[in-house]
Order: sequence, then structure tokens, then C-alpha cells
Amino acid sequence: MAKKSEIKLIGTVASPFVNRVQFVLNLKSIEYEYIEENLACKSELLLTSNPVHKKVPVLIHANKPPICESLIIIEYLDEIKPDVHRILPSDPLERADNRFWANYIDNKFFPLYEEMRVTPGKEGKDAIKKRIIEGSVLLEEAFIKFSRGKTYFGGDDVGYLDVVLGCFIAWTKFTEKNNEFKVFDEVRTPRLVEWVKRIWSHEAVKDVIPGNEVLVNFYMMLQKYRPPRAV
Amino acid sequence: MASSNDVVLLNFWASPFGERVEIALAEKGVHYDYKEEDWADKSSLLLQMNPVHKKLPVLIHHGKPICESNIIVQYIDETWQTEDPPLLPSDPYLKAQARFWADFVDNKVNFSAIWRTKGEEQERAKKEFIDLLKVLEEQLGEKPYLIGESFGYADIALIPFSCWFYAVEIIGKMNIEKECPKFIEWVKRCMERESVSKSLPDPHKIYEYVLELMKKLGN
Repeated sequence: MAKKSEIKLIGTVASPFVNRVQFVLNLKSIEYEYIEENLACKSELLLTSNPVHKKVPVLIHANKPPICESLIIIEYLDEIKPDVHRILPSDPLERADNRFWANYIDNKFFPLYEEMRVTPGKEGKDAIKKRIIEGSVLLEEAFIKFSRGKTYFGGDDVGYLDVVLGCFIAWTKFTEKNNEFKVFDEVRTPRLVEWVKRIWSHEAVKDVIPGNEVLVNFYMMLQKYRPPRAV
Repeated sequence: MASSNDVVLLNFWASPFGERVEIALAEKGVHYDYKEEDWADKSSLLLQMNPVHKKLPVLIHHGKPICESNIIVQYIDETWQTEDPPLLPSDPYLKAQARFWADFVDNKVNFSAIWRTKGEEQERAKKEFIDLLKVLEEQLGEKPYLIGESFGYADIALIPFSCWFYAVEIIGKMNIEKECPKFIEWVKRCMERESVSKSLPDPHKIYEYVLELMKKLGN
């Protein structure tokens, strides 16, 4: 059982990658100390903890050197406390399938939101919207396959893909509002619409999700430091 | 031991990602059927087995596909356990380190700019490549392999790119061993393993392949 000071998480409240680690820490009842980082002005602690990527989240456990990359941190937490709320299944094929979709979500799906932000002009944005919508259909199919008729990707309770996709909900709603379209909608992705409501109100998740003000501030910072492309 | 048609690998001979899988299968002594794919003209089997990405390699075990090379290697490690140390360390902390470095290879190793560009851009690409190898040398330190005493997951993720070094050196007019001797020592150490030497193509064939790619790009 980790004592409060034994695990430190360096993060930023607007980061979905940090949020997903927090979901897992909560699900597994692991106490931790949270250190908020200002990404516009990175601290000495972050730069020495993650010299390779200089990114959050970073997990520091006891006196060991830091662990970086949210998906790697999640598997680590699952392995050090396997008996409380197992995140990944134990079957190798199911694990491979889960990891495959996490890879898709992180490398193909979520980057489209940032792509949307930096792409100028209606035509460009419409093309990205189309890709996001295609992605949402794939995710709906994946949900049907993984949930097997139950409430979450993980079945009866939150599992790996619930955490991996669930952390993007706040940014999804933000992107939908900003761009006047629906990423998940009742006709196209009915199961995921239901799932969003469930996960949003889950015990381990609801207090971690950033509020709109946080997202707006972060968005303004991105607009400033990584402005959209010129037309 | 699984009979060979229980395990099928769809691959393209020059793909370093496919070679990761071949090395892992060889380390575990798994017999398998190998199907060569032409990535420019994908078979219906590939499109059926990897509809999301339509990419190689794909491992098919008992008719079920597994995609993404690093995910496949983990699957192989979890499915076939032998007397040798596992490819991923059993200690969760070291396992996380192994995953980090395999992930690093996936995100950072990209030296195709060295043959796709010229002049200043090429010089920049060469410098970035050497800087990358130096980061990996630092991780190696005095250890024989990236994470410790045993050849494993992180080494498997990285070693297939070494057969491209000959092409990079000729086209980029570089001497990698001179700049990163420790890294090349690690390469030679890995190549002593049969699983690696039998899985990696001849660097001269890779060089010819790169020349073909350059011709197609009009270089």
C-alpha cells in the first residue's frame, strides 16, 4: 500500500494524459501527492524528471527514477497493485486488443482535435471533422465488441479503454462546442453517448475532470504558443 | 509447441517493425508460417486482418490478428513462456523502463530524411540522428543491453534499424561507429544472437532498396 508521500504525480490539470493516470490512482485507491506544472514555464523538477520528452505526466515512486508516458504509468500502477481494481485483463489476446485501441486513440484519434485547432479555413476544418466522425464510428464498434452488452469497455466496471478514452471527454465537449458539431451523437454512436454519461459521473472520475474555465485557459495558451497555421 | 499454421506472420521483408516480431518469435522458438506482403499492393488477407490501419506486420494466432509490432512482441512474450528470462523484465519498474525506451524508438527514430533531403536539411537530419544515438548510448551506460543484463523488449524494438546504417553511412557520408562506438558495440553484441542475425536482412540489400526508394522519389 503506497503512503501519501511515496507516490508523486507531476501533471497539469488540463492534460487528459494526466487525468487518465489520476483516474487509475483513484480506482486503485492509491494515495499520491499531486504537483501542478506550468507548461509555459517548465520547472526544474519536470525537466530533470523527464529530460527526454519534458512532458507530463511523470510518476515518481519512492526513490526510484521517474516513470513517463501515461500508458506506461497505467500499466505500472496495475502491476504494483494488481489486486485492487484490475485495469487490464489477464488474457494476452485481450491485452493486445486493448493496447491496440489505446494506440489508435492516442496516435490517430485524439491528435485530430489539435489538428482541428491549427487548421485554418472552413474546408480544412470540415475535412478534419469528417475524419473525427469516421473515427467515432470505429470507436463505437470497438465499444460494442469490448463491452459485450455491458456498461463499460471493461464490462461491469471501468477498465483500460474506459480510462484511455474517458480522459478525453472534457476536450471532446469543448471541441464540439467550438466547432459546432458532435463527435459522439445519438444516431451514429448511441452506445458511446450513454457511456459518456456513465463515465462522467463515475466516482473515480468526476472530481478529476477539468472544468470549462481550465480548458479555455489552456486553449488560449495553445493559441498563443502554437498558433494556428496561416491560410 | 504451436504447429506452424497456428501462427502466421504477414510481413514485408525490409520492415524493421516486422523484424521485431521475427526476433521475438525466434527467441521463443515458435514455429510459424511467413507470408510476404507487398505494401504497395495489399492482399485481401491483410486488409481483413488489419482493417483499421492496413499496415504490416500482422501476427495471426489461431485465426485472430494482432497488430502493431511492439504490441505483438508483448503478446508473444505473454503467450509463450520459456525457461529463458522473459523479453519484458518481471519487475514492474524495469518493465516500465523497457516500455519507455521501446516507445522512444517508435517516436524518435526516423532517419529517412537523410536520404530524402540534401544540403542543409540533410546535415540537420544527420545531426539529429547522431544526437539520438548518443541519448541511447547514455541509456546503455555500462550495461550490455538497454535495460540490464538480458537482451529484451527495448533491444528488440531498436536493433532492426541497425541494418539500415550501411545505407545511411554511404548516402549521408557518415561514420556511425566513429561517432557512437558504444552504440555499435551494442549492435554487434545483439547480432551475435541467432534470433537477431537470422531475422535481419543483409544491409547491402537494404541499401539497394533505399536506392530504389530514392529513384521513385526522384532523388
